[in-house]
Amino acid sequence: MYISHVSLTDFRSYAQADVELGPGTNVLVGPNGVGKTNIVEAIGYLATLSSHRVTNDAPLLRFGTDRALVRARVQRAKLVTSLEVEITAGKANRARINRANPVRARDILGIVRTVLFAPEDLALVKGDPSNRRRFLDDLLVILRPGEAATRGDYERVLKQRNALLKSARNGGKLSTAHESTLDVWDTHLARAGARVLRGRLEVLRLLSPYLGAAYASLADANKEAHAYYQATISPDFESEAAENKALDTEEVSRIAPAALLHAGTAEIEDMFLEALLNTREKELERGITLVGPHRDDVLLTLGTAPAKGYASHGETWSLALALRLAAYKVMGEDDPRPGAGPILILDDVFAELDATRRTRLATIVAGADQVIVTAAVASDVPAELGGTFLKVSPGAVKS
Amino acid sequence: MYEGAVQELIDELGRLPGIGPKSAQRIAFHILEADPQDMVRLAQAISVVKERVKYCTICFNVSESETCTLCRDERRSDEIICVVEESKDVVAIERSRAFSGRYHVLGGAINPINGIGPEQLHVRELIARLGDERITEIILATDPNLEGEATATYLVRTLRPLGIKISRLASGLPVGGDLEYADEVTLARAIEGRRNTAPSAPAAPLVRTPLPATEPTSSS
Ligand SMILES: Nc1ncnc2c1ncn2[C@@H]1O[C@H](COP(=O)(O)OP(=O)(O)O)[C@@H](O)[C@H]1O
Ligand SMILES: [Mg+2]
Ligand SMILES: [Zn+2]
Repeated sequence: MYISHVSLTDFRSYAQADVELGPGTNVLVGPNGVGKTNIVEAIGYLATLSSHRVTNDAPLLRFGTDRALVRARVQRAKLVTSLEVEITAGKANRARINRANPVRARDILGIVRTVLFAPEDLALVKGDPSNRRRFLDDLLVILRPGEAATRGDYERVLKQRNALLKSARNGGKLSTAHESTLDVWDTHLARAGARVLRGRLEVLRLLSPYLGAAYASLADANKEAHAYYQATISPDFESEAAENKALDTEEVSRIAPAALLHAGTAEIEDMFLEALLNTREKELERGITLVGPHRDDVLLTLGTAPAKGYASHGETWSLALALRLAAYKVMGEDDPRPGAGPILILDDVFAELDATRRTRLATIVAGADQVIVTAAVASDVPAELGGTFLKVSPGAVKS
Repeated sequence: MYEGAVQELIDELGRLPGIGPKSAQRIAFHILEADPQDMVRLAQAISVVKERVKYCTICFNVSESETCTLCRDERRSDEIICVVEESKDVVAIERSRAFSGRYHVLGGAINPINGIGPEQLHVRELIARLGDERITEIILATDPNLEGEATATYLVRTLRPLGIKISRLASGLPVGGDLEYADEVTLARAIEGRRNTAPSAPAAPLVRTPLPATEPTSSS
């Protein structure tokens, strides 16, 4: 798919901007701070209803305004759809599809699909586990919108269970009534949690082959990139597991047991219940739930070393980019119809890569329906990428 | 802030469920301007309800006497007890006319965040009622939200050893909703199609999902 036209009203630095884009590669060029990322952020917003830079919408509204509009024309196979999202301060956002009556903003999810890579994504490798959990959870919802409520269901059970653990702790010893309701919350936590886990494992299974391939084609050293799911409910889980040792096959299979990968929801549920029983004493001491998908991580490795804490800056960069490229491949495989592939957005990437990697990345993304690239200087963008260059100056974009 | 009595009234109204500060103020001024006799009637209705209406000593439904009309009604079956969270759920199920057994009102649902466990509900009294050997079945009609489901799970675990048939309302009820807002037809169906409480089915495997269809405006 591709976006042929984006129009921003009171979004970030733009009072009004209209950008014409074409299929294939589009390069937004302009000095730092001019407003390039603001444009791709708006496109990403149409796909996910959230910004890749901030967690709430307020910074998206141009200073002094309380309503922003993002409009776009999307071409998907032979189908043209016009979209409009209204971002309002302190109110529910609304959307319109093909100028029809406004609908809830989330009704447009799935129409535009984007994969956005930005410098912030280094956190996928270097940041805390929540970054990696969110990466899997977000991709799951894109592939399977019916799972959108799964994570929220789990969080609600978790809150209730934590409240019970806390009150049991404050009340001193565990009364029998407490104990019997804790069993009840365990059942519900395990059931909701097994769904979250099953979804994440499935997404990781789909990503894995593409992650290895993408990393191999970006980096020159012959280290293999792998991603393993570290489930806190797995019997051998130890939080210090990945620290300061080389990860041989044995070590890895202990940290991320293959049994979990192929387990069905019912089996995961049983494992979960078992883990809850084993940690109950500790949980009652601490007053919080210590095992479950809310505390899991994805172990990223390069060769035999964990990426976090060991990878060089360049390796970190390539691995984060490889994760996004893998997501792009998985989404493409999910809907393989011609002209339905996701839009690939590369924000400020090329400046960070050396000439060889620039060329490699250009080759990798060449087949995408649409690639939107931002760069401060045109010479950072390799000639192989081709495409149309658009000059971004304060408040305007021109080809 | 208003002076004395007016502000006090606004504060009191604001404590009622579903009434925010704006509505409280609007209602307070409505009361100020309304016909005094009407307002005296309202005040009386409130104090009478607090004086006269109690909870049925058998089922804990609201009642004007020791036991409620439903518990005293001899045409109703003593074999089935329908367990609900609140009195308003009894009214909702009665509206459906799909059920002619007895009720048991728990007085809420298990909710650790609000400090509510089984001890705060009429669970012990329910177990005591099951000593009556005429009772053969229990329908769990708690709300189809997390707290209602957890309460049902708890009751299943607690009551199962007693060897009584336990069923749960069939879904069809809006998930995450309140039982009282379900319409009669939905509720009647849910009662007819009540299911045995068995472990939930495993989730479907990840499948490909097509893009949502949208109307084309033009083609190229
Ligand atoms: N809500 C806003 N209102 C007005 N200006 C904003 C807003 N948010 C960001 N900006 C401005 O946008 C500029 C950053 O734009 P950005 O797209 O990140 O630049 P770049 O071209 O380097 O990617 C900054 O000058 C910033 O002050
Ligand atoms: Mg930028
Ligand atoms: Zn009664």
